[in-house]
Amino acid sequence: MGTAEPAAARFRAGDRVRVRAAYPPGHLRTPYYCRGRVGVVERLCGAFANPEELAYNRSGLPAQPLYRVRFRAADLWPDYAENREDVVEIEIYQHWLEQAA
Amino acid sequence: MSNPDELPGGDGPGYYRRMQAAVEELLILKGVVTADDVDRQVEAMASRDYTRGAKMVARAWVDPGYQARMLADGSAAAAELGLEIGPLRVIVVANTPEVHNVIVCTLCSCYPRMLLGIPPEWYKSRAYRSRVVREPRAVLAEFGTQLPEHVRIRVHDSTADMRYMVLPMRPAGTAGWSEERLASLVTRDALIGEAQIPEIV
Repeated sequence: MGTAEPAAARFRAGDRVRVRAAYPPGHLRTPYYCRGRVGVVERLCGAFANPEELAYNRSGLPAQPLYRVRFRAADLWPDYAENREDVVEIEIYQHWLEQAA
Repeated sequence: MSNPDELPGGDGPGYYRRMQAAVEELLILKGVVTADDVDRQVEAMASRDYTRGAKMVARAWVDPGYQARMLADGSAAAAELGLEIGPLRVIVVANTPEVHNVIVCTLCSCYPRMLLGIPPEWYKSRAYRSRVVREPRAVLAEFGTQLPEHVRIRVHDSTADMRYMVLPMRPAGTAGWSEERLASLVTRDALIGEAQIPEIV
C-alpha cells in the first residue's frame, strides 16, 4: 500500500536535470527521445499518482512530483536542422530525473 | 489513415472497433456503467468544440487582467468564463513576435478535449507526432504557416497530466472589435499552434 503523502519535490524551476537513461518494461510516460538528455526545469506542475503503477490498477501513491523540463531541440537531436534556439518542453515525473552538473 | 471502424473492402468492423464493443458490453453486463452513461458521454464529447477555447482567447485579447490570470492558471480561467472542464489541468502558452508554441502528444494523443473538442485525425497520426518535435518548421510549412527565421519554436509534448492550449497573437486590423467577433477569427489549428491568425486588411 502507498501512503497518501506526496513525495517531496527535489527540484525547482531553473535546476539542470538529466533524464535517466533507463529502459524498463511497462507503461511509461517518459518518451525515449529525451532519455539520458539534460534539460532545465521550467516549472513544477504538482504531484500526481504514478501512471506506471496506475496502468496496473495499483494506487500510484505516493504521488510523484511532475515537472515540465525544457530541452534545446539541438540537444535532443544532434542533427537538428532548424533554429538552434528552438526548445521542446516535456512533462517528466521526478523519479525519472537526476541532478545534472 | 484507414478508418479503424471498418476493415478494408467494407468487411465490417475492424479489430479495435470489435474490441471496444466487447469491453463496452462487458462493462454494462457487470453493472460498471449503463448504456445511457455511455451515450451521454459520447454526446457530451461531440457537443464540445474549439469555440470554447476561442472564447477564452477573445477574452484574453480584450482584457489584459484575464490574460494574466489565464497564463497563470488555465483551468481557473476556463471556470471564470463558466466553461466546465472537470479536473482537467490546462496550461495556456502565449505566442509572441519572438516565440511560437506548438502542441503535440508524442506518446499517444492527449488533447484538451474539454476546451477544443475531439482532436483532428492528423493530431493522432504517427507522422505528426514523430515529426513535429524534430522538424517543427517543416511541419508548420505543410500547414501553410511560415515563421520568420528569428522566431523560436517551443514544442510542448503533453506526456502526462497537463493539457495545453496556445494563445495566438491578436491579428492587426481588429482594434475596437467585440469579443464575439474576435472569437470568430480563432481557428482550431491556431489553438494547437499549427496556424497563425492572419491580419485583417
